[in-house]
Amino acid sequence: MSAVFLVLSSFLASAVEMVEALTIVLAAGLARGWRSSLTGVGAATVVLAVIVVVLGPALTVIPLSSLRLVVGGLLLVFGMQWLRKAILRASGFKALHDEDAIFARELEEARDAGQIVSEGMDWYGFALAFKGVMLEGLEVAFIVLTFGSSQGSIPLAAAGAAAALVIVAGIGLAVRVPLAKVPENTMKFAVGVMLTTFGIFWSAEGAGVAWPGSDAALLVILAGVIGVAVVMVNGLRRKRTSLATAGVEA
Amino acid sequence: MKHIKAFGSFWWDFVVGDDWLAAAGVIVAIVATALLTHADINAWWLMPVAGVGVLYLTVRRATR
Repeated sequence: MSAVFLVLSSFLASAVEMVEALTIVLAAGLARGWRSSLTGVGAATVVLAVIVVVLGPALTVIPLSSLRLVVGGLLLVFGMQWLRKAILRASGFKALHDEDAIFARELEEARDAGQIVSEGMDWYGFALAFKGVMLEGLEVAFIVLTFGSSQGSIPLAAAGAAAALVIVAGIGLAVRVPLAKVPENTMKFAVGVMLTTFGIFWSAEGAGVAWPGSDAALLVILAGVIGVAVVMVNGLRRKRTSLATAGVEA
Repeated sequence: MKHIKAFGSFWWDFVVGDDWLAAAGVIVAIVATALLTHADINAWWLMPVAGVGVLYLTVRRATR
């Protein structure tokens, strides 16, 4: 059960971040040329790989209870950030993430930027692609490493991330347009729920708690987090409707 | 100095994000759980309750 959660969480979180990175890389490639942009993607991938290779083994030597305490706390903070934004988006208090709009903005900015060319490389395109992949990838690397090490299987978490990379990059290369049809907001909601669930479970375990029912408690926490999030979305939707109605009447 | 500030700002944004309340609430809840378990109280209920409470507060702050 934990293994399924592990792969699914890693896959979803990675897919969401990779869709965002793909939008930036496509804008950089179309506006500034593919050679510079793909070199930026390659450089960022190498840096991320070094981070994973260096930090991965280092994490495995930390005692599991300490690791789960720190990782659980961080995942819970991360999960709440994702879930908070997802709740605000689902209830209409925050604009939905729109890859088409982001792509159009990135493309315009990339076209308007001045030429920074030397030795056949457009360094603006390189920097844009590098930054996009690096920033989005860092979160993926963090999730893969922390999930994997806390669950005792970095390769399993990496497999989930690799599957997301193959699917998102494959579709991206085939269609060469932002993946706007991916249900990104729903996926972010799911990732927020999973990070929060694992965060609660591991941070409590790391603090010395013995969960009733052991690993089965994960399912109860998961159901509880989903329930609370859905109640919050419905409550905020009602609040938004009543605010809109009051605005019209005033 | 500018680079150090930018480096710190990046990690603050990466870990803490938009609302510091969530990070602070999580730290307080973990410390409280550890103190209770140290006193032989199996406080398994504290993190879920605190998690829901902090999530409620941070969402409420964003919609005020």
